[in-house]
Amino acid sequence: MTMNIDLKVIEEAARELYIRALKILPPDIKDGFKDLSGRETSDTGKAVLGTMIKNITVAEDTNNLLCQDTGVPIYNVIVGSDIQFDGAELKDAIRRGCERATTEHPLRSSVVHPISRKNNHTSTGVRVPVIHFDFTDKPNELRLEMIPKGSGSENNSWLRMCLPAEGIDAVKTFVIDRVLEAGGKTCPPTIVGVGVGGTSDLCMHMAKMAATRPLGSNSSDPEGRKLEEELSAVVNKLGVGAQGLGGDSTAFAVHVELAATHITMNPVAVNMQCHSARRASATITPEGVSYGF
Amino acid sequence: MAHHDITTPVSEETIRSWRVNDTVTLNGTLFGIRDATQIHMFDRGRTTDFDLKGHAVIHTAPNVRKVEKSDENPAGYAPVCIGTTTSSRMERFTRPLMEQYGVRMIIGKGGLLEDSSKAFVDLGGVYLAIVGGTAALETTWVEAIEDVDLDDLNPESLWKFRIRNFGPLLVAMDSTGNSLYSHVRENSANQRDAVLSALGVASK
Repeated sequence: MTMNIDLKVIEEAARELYIRALKILPPDIKDGFKDLSGRETSDTGKAVLGTMIKNITVAEDTNNLLCQDTGVPIYNVIVGSDIQFDGAELKDAIRRGCERATTEHPLRSSVVHPISRKNNHTSTGVRVPVIHFDFTDKPNELRLEMIPKGSGSENNSWLRMCLPAEGIDAVKTFVIDRVLEAGGKTCPPTIVGVGVGGTSDLCMHMAKMAATRPLGSNSSDPEGRKLEEELSAVVNKLGVGAQGLGGDSTAFAVHVELAATHITMNPVAVNMQCHSARRASATITPEGVSYGF
Repeated sequence: MAHHDITTPVSEETIRSWRVNDTVTLNGTLFGIRDATQIHMFDRGRTTDFDLKGHAVIHTAPNVRKVEKSDENPAGYAPVCIGTTTSSRMERFTRPLMEQYGVRMIIGKGGLLEDSSKAFVDLGGVYLAIVGGTAALETTWVEAIEDVDLDDLNPESLWKFRIRNFGPLLVAMDSTGNSLYSHVRENSANQRDAVLSALGVASK
């Protein structure tokens, strides 16, 4: 049985997902707030976390956006087996959905041409929305994920091509120093995403994957998992705190994604996700569309 | 740690009496300003007739809906979601905002740096920290968009908001040169070596 994807359904889902992601925080992030609040010892830190938690409720009660930053729209398409579609048309449908969310809600278009700085007020432009494709062996299922990536955290992104002789110590030092450098600019508590290995572009991409995956998920590689546990255990001892105002809530977690690399290379990348760690997903099957996170 | 409930604009004397860790709630008028607004005002020679003297500016670019002009929406824009962006990108505009326009309060997130701190001391100003990423809540403190200027830069226009019970905001940098961000930066830098040792990093 082959499932043909209806592009109207994709366009609607792409539209709906952008708005949903901006309004409803995923349950794992809400739980992350509970964990941090329980452990916070600074009065300022407690007050800041309290305001963040209140904001989640206000956004839901008033059907409003959690944060004014509508971000750079990113869509991940995960294609199951026995799925049939025209790739170019599917990308167009996602783009149309993204534009419609922006003009119909309306949302602030945060996207400009990088040189002219012209904003066409559709949240789209050259190569934006960012669209990634991946594949799974799940039959008759297409999953569409949407991430509005805010600039406060995105402006704090780094890559360093360390030397093999510097070893894993250089990777760990780089991560800690970047958390210190970012301070309050990333809207902490953050998810610190770390890419290790691969090529320069893959390393940066993995840092983004790590920063945007759910809290409680782990690297599929045992060494990667060990590294994220080590870093997560110490990151909140740095004292940066929520909003960079001090305390124990610098990060919800440190996530690591890794890839094989060259014998002469030891790349590390850091990308962060702010406390408004927004994402939404739609799963499209022959039974219809179901929305989640 | 005092709390100040005030209506804008405010005098230099009042601002100079506020200290780090005080909290502030604002009423009256608030101006929204951002990267492009200030690039055009201070690098490209554009000006505004808005009177910012003694007022607060907030680092923002709001989500708005275009509507018919009315008493409720005098600028032809209804607020959708208004929140605060990272301040440090706009560090170099603090002094000209204060010198040329008489601004006394900058509201933002993430803090400003040493040049701003010096401007607050020299000219009498404060940085008021808001909790970034809590725009849904912040929007409930905004009554209306009263006016807009430099609107070709939309959403980075110069916005005039009417606000009520806007806060509490935290005085994070004051006119004595005190800055919570400097304290936190210093303290975190001191934790670095212990954290790297805990990670088994040999040479720091």
